[in-house]
Amino acid sequence: MSYIVLRHRDIPDLNKLDIYQKNGGFAAFQNAVTKMKPNEVTDVVKNSGLRGRGGAGFPTGMKWSFIDNKNWPHYVVANADESEPGTFKDREIMEGNPFQFLEGLALACYAVGANVGYVYLRGEFWQLAAALDEKLAEMEKAGILGDKLFGGDYSLRIYTHLGAGAYICGEETALLESLEGKRGQPRVRPPFPPAVGLFGKPTIINNVETFTNVPMILANGADWYKGIGTADSAGVKVFSLSGRVRKPGNYELPFGTTFRELIYTHGGGVQDSRPVKAIMPAGASSSLIVVKDEKILDTPMDYATVRTLGGDLGSASIIILDDTVSMDWLVNKTVHFFKHESCGKCTPCREGTYWMSNIIERIHQGQGTTGDVDLLLNVAKQIQGKCLCALGEFSTMAVVTGIERFPEDFKNAVSPAPLPALYVKKNEGMDTERV
Amino acid sequence: MSLVQKYPKEVKQILSKYPPEHKRSAVMPLLYLAQREEGYLTKAAMQDVAKIVGITETDIAALVGFYTLYHDKKEGKYRMQVCTDLPCALRGAEQFMESLCSKLGIQVGETTADGFVTLEAVTCLAACDKAPMFQTQGPDGIKYHENMNVDRTMELISVLRRSGREVEK
Amino acid sequence: MTNQVTLTIDGQQVTVPAGIGVVDAAKMAGIDIPVFCHHPKLEPVGMCRMCLVEIGRPMRDRATGQIVMENDAPKIQFLPKLETACTNKVEEGMVVLSQSAKAKDGQRGTVEFLLTSHPLDCPICDKGGECPLQNLTMAHGPGKSRFLFDEKLRLGKRVPLGDLIVLDQERCIQCARCIRFQDEIVGDSVLGFDDRSRSTRIITFSEPGFDSVFSGNTSDICPVGALTTRDFRFEARPWELESAASICTQCPVGCNITLNTRREARAGGDFVVKRVMPRQNEEVNEIWICDKGRFAHHYTDSKKRLTQPMARKGKSEKLTHVSWDEATKLAADRFSTAKENFVVLASGRLANEDLFNLKSLADQAGGQAYLYSRIGGGELTTQLGVGADTNFGKMGKGTTIVVVASDLYQEAPIWYLRVKQAVDRGATLIVLNPRATKLDQFASFVVRYAYGDEVKEIRDLDRKKEVGEAFKQAENAVILFGSDGLGVEGTSNLAAACAKLLQDKGQVGKPNNGLIGVWERANDQGAWEMGFQVTDDLAGVLAGKSIYVVGANPVGDDPKLAEILNGAAFVAVQDVMETETTEFADVVLPARAFTEREGTLTSGERRVQRFYSAVPPTGEARPDFAITAQLASHIGIVLEGTSVSAAFDRLVGAVKSFEGLNYAKISEVRPQWPIVGRGDMYYGGTTYENTMGLGAHLTGAAERDEKVSLPRAHREIPPRPKHNELLAVPVTRLYDRGTTVMKSADLLRDRIGEPFIALHPDAAKNLGLEGGQLVNISFDGVSGDAVVRLDDTVSVRVVLVPREMGFAIHEPVPAEIRALEKVA
Ligand SMILES: Cc1cc2nc3c(=O)[nH]c(=O)nc-3n(C[C@H](O)[C@H](O)[C@H](O)COP(=O)(O)O)c2cc1C
Ligand code: SF4
Ligand code: FES
Repeated sequence: MSYIVLRHRDIPDLNKLDIYQKNGGFAAFQNAVTKMKPNEVTDVVKNSGLRGRGGAGFPTGMKWSFIDNKNWPHYVVANADESEPGTFKDREIMEGNPFQFLEGLALACYAVGANVGYVYLRGEFWQLAAALDEKLAEMEKAGILGDKLFGGDYSLRIYTHLGAGAYICGEETALLESLEGKRGQPRVRPPFPPAVGLFGKPTIINNVETFTNVPMILANGADWYKGIGTADSAGVKVFSLSGRVRKPGNYELPFGTTFRELIYTHGGGVQDSRPVKAIMPAGASSSLIVVKDEKILDTPMDYATVRTLGGDLGSASIIILDDTVSMDWLVNKTVHFFKHESCGKCTPCREGTYWMSNIIERIHQGQGTTGDVDLLLNVAKQIQGKCLCALGEFSTMAVVTGIERFPEDFKNAVSPAPLPALYVKKNEGMDTERV
Repeated sequence: MSLVQKYPKEVKQILSKYPPEHKRSAVMPLLYLAQREEGYLTKAAMQDVAKIVGITETDIAALVGFYTLYHDKKEGKYRMQVCTDLPCALRGAEQFMESLCSKLGIQVGETTADGFVTLEAVTCLAACDKAPMFQTQGPDGIKYHENMNVDRTMELISVLRRSGREVEK
Repeated sequence: MTNQVTLTIDGQQVTVPAGIGVVDAAKMAGIDIPVFCHHPKLEPVGMCRMCLVEIGRPMRDRATGQIVMENDAPKIQFLPKLETACTNKVEEGMVVLSQSAKAKDGQRGTVEFLLTSHPLDCPICDKGGECPLQNLTMAHGPGKSRFLFDEKLRLGKRVPLGDLIVLDQERCIQCARCIRFQDEIVGDSVLGFDDRSRSTRIITFSEPGFDSVFSGNTSDICPVGALTTRDFRFEARPWELESAASICTQCPVGCNITLNTRREARAGGDFVVKRVMPRQNEEVNEIWICDKGRFAHHYTDSKKRLTQPMARKGKSEKLTHVSWDEATKLAADRFSTAKENFVVLASGRLANEDLFNLKSLADQAGGQAYLYSRIGGGELTTQLGVGADTNFGKMGKGTTIVVVASDLYQEAPIWYLRVKQAVDRGATLIVLNPRATKLDQFASFVVRYAYGDEVKEIRDLDRKKEVGEAFKQAENAVILFGSDGLGVEGTSNLAAACAKLLQDKGQVGKPNNGLIGVWERANDQGAWEMGFQVTDDLAGVLAGKSIYVVGANPVGDDPKLAEILNGAAFVAVQDVMETETTEFADVVLPARAFTEREGTLTSGERRVQRFYSAVPPTGEARPDFAITAQLASHIGIVLEGTSVSAAFDRLVGAVKSFEGLNYAKISEVRPQWPIVGRGDMYYGGTTYENTMGLGAHLTGAAERDEKVSLPRAHREIPPRPKHNELLAVPVTRLYDRGTTVMKSADLLRDRIGEPFIALHPDAAKNLGLEGGQLVNISFDGVSGDAVVRLDDTVSVRVVLVPREMGFAIHEPVPAEIRALEKVA
């Protein structure tokens, strides 16, 4: 079957305006602006069953319908911060299929009556932002952006905005703060952006991939899209596959595809044909799904089913871990990531991630005790449910599931028993010290 | 010479992206602009940007401190920022980093004697499938270098040294 | 917010105004929910997570939207997660549990997290004893630390944020109260956070550091010992301190303060003032004071204090100790014989009781009473001053505030804050000033004019387009007039113009309407009420007279007056300190400082407030009103000299605007919101609750429906400078070089700075001068050295000459500026 989001893999040079237009590009937008009422656009998206691709999986059409029409102007912001370790899909989309993404953003703007849209890109996407700026200029020249579009009286402008290195700016309210020129620290919610967002005005924020689905939905109809994927999760998802697989990369597949198909049919299997030990379905912030039992791999990947495995599909950044990976090493990685990225605004996350990193570092250096493992677990649980935003929660997922689901890895770490291969490679210096 | 005098076009263009009553939004792009020459933000540059968007120097310093891509100290002309985060580490990023260190004869966070390259370990850059990889932050912006090995990296560095600038892929 | 909601907090039903947060609602009901980042004066941010509680809401049926009932009470649905009580607004039927096991566990967790990187150096911490973190650790904290001590962050213990506030980075818990105070309350972001995650640090990049005249308040609201004031650091433990209610004597705002005292060896075991703290008065200063009020009190225990009555046998003789009776008799004899040549020159820092006795003495002895001030127009504020019950805290939409010829930030800092808050609440602010001032940023309209045009500007105000409208539309209108570039004549005319504007529009004689003079001293308004007059020709008034100088240092401010006093028939000087003026005194009468006595002051808002004595007198010093009474008694004039309240009652009997007041009335307190200064320092900070009196307003002529006839305001044309001259204009600096301030100079050094004059860069260029250069400035016989400051907001024709910088400037005057040596 042909691509819906990663269409550039079917159509060469799709990132050129004329090629994109030759392939039906911006027809949906023109049709919407000239023939549809804004709320009709929202309804189509609602009926398509499209859910947000940024992690939370919130129904997109419903979000759009929450926009506060008593307060103007409205804004739409594309979340292109893509900073979750293991996530690299939005980048490919914006490089390969930029116009479809921008058309989706434009449709969202029309649907909620916004005349300005922003694309918030992580600072590292510097070149990408430059490229997008050129595309936007071309669109303006071609009369797809600007004043009084297609002879009507709808006007629209889209601008890029570069972040500057902060994972937290992917959180929608931190993103808005950053877009307002402030430190990217999350706001108290409620109020939610559709009520109070950018510059205090109603704002819709969606992920790049979410927007990129929209033009196809409007072109082919809600039912067509609903027909793909599962009842719970309609449509296709771009799975970012990484970790210990032979062919890491982005794979666009219908929701409901099994882990096995992704890993073995598409991902070329595990490196050195080792067994899968665990899966992180949503990047560094996800729980560790245990794959003791091979059958787990036959689980269909959709939001509801993955939850039954004690994890979240989130942004579907599938990190594959084989039996050479020791979980204390992994937890050390994730905890240090979150400690580094904590915005520092709220106490449990700021202090907790720092505390956890001290403990896991100690364990990982072989100076830990079994007491430390219990303490680490306890601190992680003390963070849970107390933070201002989800980052704090994220920082505990691998810790808690790692310790609870792979106790032996931590036992090994705090006792001078022989260690798994990769772990030993990583720590030659230290390891020799021990014996 | 002030930013406005030096880059009148760029400044104007940046300001035009945001509602006039929300000039503050322009602060981040302006800081990138101000960081271009020196590779870091001088006090003068910060004051300059503060004036343009109408916030205090303290506000500026608070931003520079929060975002990792702004710098308030002079380092190497090129910052080589290697991703050693989980997914890359699972694909040998840490060994890559180790060997790079020994080749360059510096530790992570240090700068080569000639002040050309500063080696830094950074968190995920959204290129997990193309590890080992790093980005260079230098006079000509930020560029990705993916599926790298030590030799190709040393090659890139010598090219940079010679040409003084990034060569387009 | 008139509509009320009813909710249940810890089993207690409370009915509170809609729209407030749960923490505040609980506080109203006498329930303390622990907080760190939340402060009732600041926007809730939900950062610290100390206020975690369980919140339940009436469950609604999805289909019908009806509230689900369960054995005839609404079914309450609790969220799985704990919520922050500071950010959640009250809702009808809400149920809050702040004491449940789950809530307590959450609170315990937060305290433990905060302690992981806290040094726990309470034994040497100034906050110890009044520290929210300490209190909450006792209440909610874990018994023992699970955090490895060696892994605690080691950070800066003594990081100066500017010269007044010291930051201890280890103690800071990143609640951002200090930052938010500067952002929200002051509107000047000179503090910020550097870095992020656990590396988050407080920083300041302003010059000088922490460039704010309100910096001290941050140490009051800091919930830990992270921000300490330079002069109280390690000075005393809170539980050793006594406290006395007082009123700040530094400016006409009349901030309510508390004097914290302690017995000390250096005072022979007697009490000394250890620190000045704000005392809540929501109608005057809320819970804030400025740094001058907080730090400039050190003159009261200066070595230069006068301790005993002294007299000179002959002009050339030295001053020698005499008895009170001799000293006062000596003066009395000379004054009584002087008759109309008897002149009282009194300062506005004296109490109402002092001024009343002085005025009575002058009247009954046939002399004259002058107020030592360079600002006129008081005879108008006494009649058309703001009406009783005026309260800046109530000004908002519908109120127009006009500030003319005043740099409020420098002249009356807390009024600056109050005006800013009023604007935040929707008030319209019109600023008219010849140069840019900090207040401009909050103004809806800024009007610039040339020095000398102020009267014209005010006259034409309601004829101006939008500005005029903004003023005409106002339900309530207040005008604050100052003396930026004006002398007695200029200010009198300006006041007359303002008064006319208000009277024509009927904006007088009612609350939140009327005229306010931004005076030089705390009780100038009181002096005006009692009929003191001012003069722009002090030399002329004093020449050859028998003079009774009280609380003023004319020679220090204007060396030219030295020979005048030298040639005077007789000079008695009554003051707290030895000054340049006492050197010319035939009799010296030592007075008590305001910390050593009781009395009342009348603020610029015409609010009479009481101050109480905090420390024992210095040497033989006596209260001014008593000294004057004793002096008068020798002439057979009977004044109240023993009971200060009796003296006040006499004043009330004699001065109409005081009618109906007495000590009991001005000592009354009413419940105030927010509730501060109780056991739970974590809520409002260490500021003090007001138990000793909120004061009471004077009435104005309009309220007594007396006819007010206004003098005609005529326009002063300032002299025009010659080509090589500039027009020197007097301006006011908060940190001047006056006697009371300089005694705290070691502390305020960076703020006071060296004597300076300010001119436009181009003006400087024309004169071949550059910033930072030492120059000599001279105008009608006055000459002094000062450093040049460049200021592109002043016009090129003028040079700003701050008052009390060592050379006397009374009104606009052409000045010559010569370069002295160059500075590197
Ligand atoms: C710590 C944190 C990081 C996040 N990072 C991203 C991100 O990089 N990209 C993204 O699209 N959403 C991210 N999100 C989710 C956004 O907050 C938001 O839910 C999403 O952008 C909504 O778009 P969607 O409905 O299309 O998914 C993040 C959330 C959190 C709490
Ligand atoms: S949870 Fe972490 S990232 Fe989120 S607000 Fe709190 S400190 Fe910031
Ligand atoms: S989070 Fe509520 S008081 Fe800090």
